[in-house]
Amino acid sequence: MDIFVAPVKFSNALMLGDLIAELSRRFYSKINLIELPVNIENHMSKERKQYFSTSIIAEAINFTSAYDGKVILLTDLDIFVPVLTFIFGEAQLNGKHSIVSACRLHEEFYSGKSDDKILFERLMKEILHELGHNFGLRHCLDWDCVMHSSPGIEEVDIKGNAYCNKCLPKVEGCKQYFH
Amino acid sequence: MNTREKILIVDDEKIVRESLYHWFEEEGYEVDIAEDGEAALKKYEKLKFDLLLVDMKMPGMSGLELLSRIKAIDCEAIVILITAFASVPTAISALKNGAFDYVTKPVDPDELAHLVQKALEQRALRLENKQLKENIDEIIKPDNLIGESYQMKKIYELIHTVATTDTTVMIRGESGTGKELVAKAIHINSKRKYFPIIPVNCGALAETLLESELFGHEKGAFTGAQFKRKGKFEMADGGTIFLDEIGSISLKMQIELLRVIETKQFNRVGGNELIKSDFRVIIATNEPLEDLVKAGKFREDLYYRLNVFSIIIPPLRERRDDIQLLANFFLNKFSTAMNKTLKKISKEAMEFLINYDWHGNVRELENAIERAVVVGKSNEIIVDDLPFHVSSNNFPVDDKNKSLSAMERKYILKILNENNWNISRSAQVLEIDRVTLYNKINKYNLRKTAY
Ligand SMILES: [Zn+2]
Ligand SMILES: [Zn+2]
Repeated sequence: MDIFVAPVKFSNALMLGDLIAELSRRFYSKINLIELPVNIENHMSKERKQYFSTSIIAEAINFTSAYDGKVILLTDLDIFVPVLTFIFGEAQLNGKHSIVSACRLHEEFYSGKSDDKILFERLMKEILHELGHNFGLRHCLDWDCVMHSSPGIEEVDIKGNAYCNKCLPKVEGCKQYFH
Repeated sequence: MNTREKILIVDDEKIVRESLYHWFEEEGYEVDIAEDGEAALKKYEKLKFDLLLVDMKMPGMSGLELLSRIKAIDCEAIVILITAFASVPTAISALKNGAFDYVTKPVDPDELAHLVQKALEQRALRLENKQLKENIDEIIKPDNLIGESYQMKKIYELIHTVATTDTTVMIRGESGTGKELVAKAIHINSKRKYFPIIPVNCGALAETLLESELFGHEKGAFTGAQFKRKGKFEMADGGTIFLDEIGSISLKMQIELLRVIETKQFNRVGGNELIKSDFRVIIATNEPLEDLVKAGKFREDLYYRLNVFSIIIPPLRERRDDIQLLANFFLNKFSTAMNKTLKKISKEAMEFLINYDWHGNVRELENAIERAVVVGKSNEIIVDDLPFHVSSNNFPVDDKNKSLSAMERKYILKILNENNWNISRSAQVLEIDRVTLYNKINKYNLRKTAY
């Protein structure tokens, strides 16, 4: 099963290249870069100045029937769902689509210091995490597992960067990863 | 969580119901939804939910009314109210009527997660006479904690003894002996295992950073702090904080540390809210703290507070019995990770390993085997593959295999590892373009092996 990465207002091309390279090393599956004609302004909440992720995914679905596999949207936009102030990502549980936002993964918003290495690590974790939901995984109790719940940036940093042995077999095409 | 906890979401707004449903479903809860108070009551009568999330403002029956009707059915029921900012005063009065807590829309995801977890835990404690003291005779070991020597068996016993208590543990040993693995073993064998163990390397941080690292900061506490961040002590709530290289912190930080360890309370940098955290303390040091105390560099009161139960890990040269086991473990690990067929270590090479002094301890042995797996040509590691007189972190220039491509391979691997396999950055350092670098990675079959 292929994995399709679709940048939607994601401007860092170098980072995108690195993420695709890393995904290619982590998966047997083919990793493809695709473009989706999502009209992002349809999903902005005027009072919150943020973008409603569920609604972005709902629009993306219209353009992905030709892609056989998992489709992951990558964005720099600050995304949310109602009631919550923000989310790092959202996925269709047991589904095809997910979205990950880099917005609140930037270290400079926390310490004032920009750090691409940290951003890359966090993005990889959140991409693997949302993909895991696509493959039916729920949150894992193991802190070394990338499927551990991470409602805040601190948890993103603490949890491991690979699936634990319990979660891994559910993720089709994923290689074993050594820490 | 054997049986999944059941959550009922009551809100008249469809998108709110749906997004909360989805969010809690991913958390692993069994979730149901109701669009108003009537529907909620009907569902609750059929199935006792563990927790209800109820919107204050709904047409028909209000959240407040639903709260009291639910409480009339079961006074132990847990209800969390969702309010708009304007209805906070009402929410506060709802607390008096038995609501567990309230959240204001929109709520921080980590706040909601924490609140729900806390509520369900209290309920579980109340409902069960939770005394399922599992009788574990053996400790669960983290993957890399290896050794069957007499000395290591002693250490496993100590871990077993102390794990189930909440005692502060001091781990001593030369660097590279695996102090963090022992800390992890204590944590995963304790009742705190479902919460994280938070490592802090006190030696690696500047004092100014250490403060916000340990205690967190509020939004706007300093330039660039656009979002708040929890500190290590707050993250360790319910779990364990592991303070490595404790001997290197300043006297000023020692005072703060002593206070936090004693009171389990602190403020985030730039904040007034008193944060409470329930953590266990494990510390590690490779220098004798007693000497530091005598020299006036370490506070005596903190020393006594920390030195309650100590575990001393012997250097590898004092437990040579374990070297063979460790070497084979690392061989297996690296040859799998690098897709190599190396399956054994030659007799001579093993003899060398067993007799070597390993001043860098297990970590040095691990690095030596990793390097041997990288350079190894046949299906067994021979003496020539080992870095004899080369300190393990240096790039070996006096290597036996002097062919240009062998050197290139090793050099590229070194640069990739130094840059954490960031392709663009490595390519920059190597002064080649990314495509060339990809081609070289494929040509030499390079793989990332983390340390
Ligand atoms: Zn998740
Ligand atoms: Zn897992």
